Amino acid sequence: MSSSQFTPEIKTVDLEAQAQEFLKTAAFTTRLDDIIAWGRKNSLWPLPYGTACCGIELMSVMGPKYDLARFGAEVVRFSPRQSDLLIVAGTITEKMAPVLVHIYQQMLDPKYVISMGACASSGGFYRAYHVLQGIDKVVPVDVYIPGCPPSPEAVLDGVMLLQKMIENHDPRPWKDSWKVPQFLTQPQS
Amino acid sequence: MNHIEEIKSELTQKFQRLDGFEFGNHFGNDVLEVPKDLILPLMKQLKDSGRFDFLMDLCGADYPERKQRFEVIYQLFNTRTFRRLRVKARVGENETIDSIISVWKGANWFERETYDMYGIVFKGHPFLRKILTHHHFKGHPLRKDYDPNLQQHCQDVMPIHFENDDVYTKDPNKNLVPLNIGPSHPATHGTLRVMVELEGETINRSNVELGFLHRCFEKMCETHFYNQVIPYTDRLNYCSAPMNNIGYAKAVEKMLGVEIPPKAQATRVILAELSRIIDHIVCIGANAVDLGALTGFFYLFGLREQVYSLFEKLCGARLTVSLLRIGGIANEPPKGWYEEVLRVNEEIKKGIDQIDRLLTNNKIWIERTRGVGGISVENAIQYGYTGPCLRAAGLGLDLRKADPYYGYDQLDFAIPTGTTGDCYDRYLVRLEEMKQSTRIIDQVARNVPSGDYIIRDKSIVLPEKKDVYGNIEGLMNHFMLVVKGIRPPKGEIYDATEAANGELGFFCVSDNGPKPYRLRARPPCFAIYQSFPELINGGLVADVIAVLGSLNLIAGELDR
Repeated sequence: MSSSQFTPEIKTVDLEAQAQEFLKTAAFTTRLDDIIAWGRKNSLWPLPYGTACCGIELMSVMGPKYDLARFGAEVVRFSPRQSDLLIVAGTITEKMAPVLVHIYQQMLDPKYVISMGACASSGGFYRAYHVLQGIDKVVPVDVYIPGCPPSPEAVLDGVMLLQKMIENHDPRPWKDSWKVPQFLTQPQS
Repeated sequence: MNHIEEIKSELTQKFQRLDGFEFGNHFGNDVLEVPKDLILPLMKQLKDSGRFDFLMDLCGADYPERKQRFEVIYQLFNTRTFRRLRVKARVGENETIDSIISVWKGANWFERETYDMYGIVFKGHPFLRKILTHHHFKGHPLRKDYDPNLQQHCQDVMPIHFENDDVYTKDPNKNLVPLNIGPSHPATHGTLRVMVELEGETINRSNVELGFLHRCFEKMCETHFYNQVIPYTDRLNYCSAPMNNIGYAKAVEKMLGVEIPPKAQATRVILAELSRIIDHIVCIGANAVDLGALTGFFYLFGLREQVYSLFEKLCGARLTVSLLRIGGIANEPPKGWYEEVLRVNEEIKKGIDQIDRLLTNNKIWIERTRGVGGISVENAIQYGYTGPCLRAAGLGLDLRKADPYYGYDQLDFAIPTGTTGDCYDRYLVRLEEMKQSTRIIDQVARNVPSGDYIIRDKSIVLPEKKDVYGNIEGLMNHFMLVVKGIRPPKGEIYDATEAANGELGFFCVSDNGPKPYRLRARPPCFAIYQSFPELINGGLVADVIAVLGSLNLIAGELDR
């Protein structure tokens, strides 16, 4: 059919009324990034990086009483390629720091980090020669959970806080400007 | 003739003149100081005569003001008479001391650790490398002149290496595959690293690397007051924190020469047995998870939660409780707590039966664990095995019977033993120990003595809050104790308790100051783990996971 033969019939359409009609059905409107954020926050797949006492408490969070599954984060993945939430639970020593950075680099975006407990957040009461004084020296941290170890309620609170951050599209400059720390790339003199 | 006299006469026959030998007794411990050149013949003599068949611990100490600044300390033990002897030898900064690996295989890692921490060189050691600190670390951290807060960054992870093969090179003529497991691997529980070389599915040789959780326990203890050390001990074996508190507090109390009230003793026994149960729960549960049985973990963690709520009622914390003080326990248990213990105990009994039904006759479980990772009792003693792993091999050594404390000798309970020392026997021993622990709790919690929960010695225990805020005497007492601290008399002590993993010993040196001059924890699973390559060599790579889980390696205690 050639275009010259086609004569379209011009009609006036009441878009407003149509939209109102449409909305009475099951549909709803949203922004694309909002619905993505909604999906992300409710399906966090954690990588439990449990090294010490906090790791045992993290088991309780996953266990029957506290049940992290209620927040959509029950699919525990030990492969960094499959997870988007790194929960660092326990003391990170100087010897462990390069391993942690390696794991973090292997995770795919979007990725989030929760620092569980005093040791991971600041070195805790180990102000000592072989303990990294906080994992934020090597990886960007989104949520810090205080406690030694934090109670499971506190961990749940931390996960909910992260969910809120994802929902609100909170800017994360610490993540955007993150580079592999210099002391890990260059040998010390 | 007492014990030390017997040793003296025996050694006189062997060495004729005991030049430089010094016999002594510190707080009830027999001590023998010898010149360092005689250490190897002495150890050989003590072992061959059958007087001491077990090397319990080997550690160092630093006294910078002495001419020979270091001291190497050996804790010997007899598995039949339960007698102990501490042998010490002084070593100067540029001197060496003979390695005693030829006498006890188990000395291997202990000597490496002493080298790592103090720089003491053991002559004849086949593989004297750092063990706890990372490979870029310079200096020896437990020396008194090393600043506790001086961190040194580590840039990379060591590539795969084996003993006497620092840089792994592939043999082009053989079809061998190196495989790295950990430190971040679900079955290595966070911080253990195992390296194996495979020939098909079979392990040709293997090696382990540790220190990924070395958080400087011993150095931290030297910089804190005696009561402040208690939270650090919590985090040794964090699966059974109260037990470490008990071991430490018992050692310091012995040094202070005080006996805690009967009520505190009974409460400590209850806490110890509850923690033994929850420790075995984690061990069995995690071992089953690693072998594919996830269900058991959820059942067992339900039980753990119940014990946690008991601890929570007692002190507010769940896992790392710190509820002991030197001289007793931190506070009076709330009303009805002991009845609650009995109620939870009944639940635990039911839970253990469930696990028994789930695993003991489970075909898959038996196939995966029976005949895997077995060890003979002689070999286990050589390596320094204690606790459930030693009992599974067939030697019923338990300090609760051998050297009873806190009234364990009044209680009716049995010590289970295995025959082959394999993973299945270890599981059975742990299961039975949990049952025995519930029996102990039943007996103790029904008859808790009345009275005070802590001694009322003003130089050891803080006054109650109502006295601190109510009268000037209490306030001054509190102030003085906080500022000056507990000051045990000068001397040194080794004291041990039966923890969930085996003998947990504390060696404490006091210089009459408020902080320990030297505090050494004898970690049970450190000695056990060094036999790991021998256990898995020749087996399948899947068995590595079964053996690793059954040894119950707790990194906090292993690396300290």
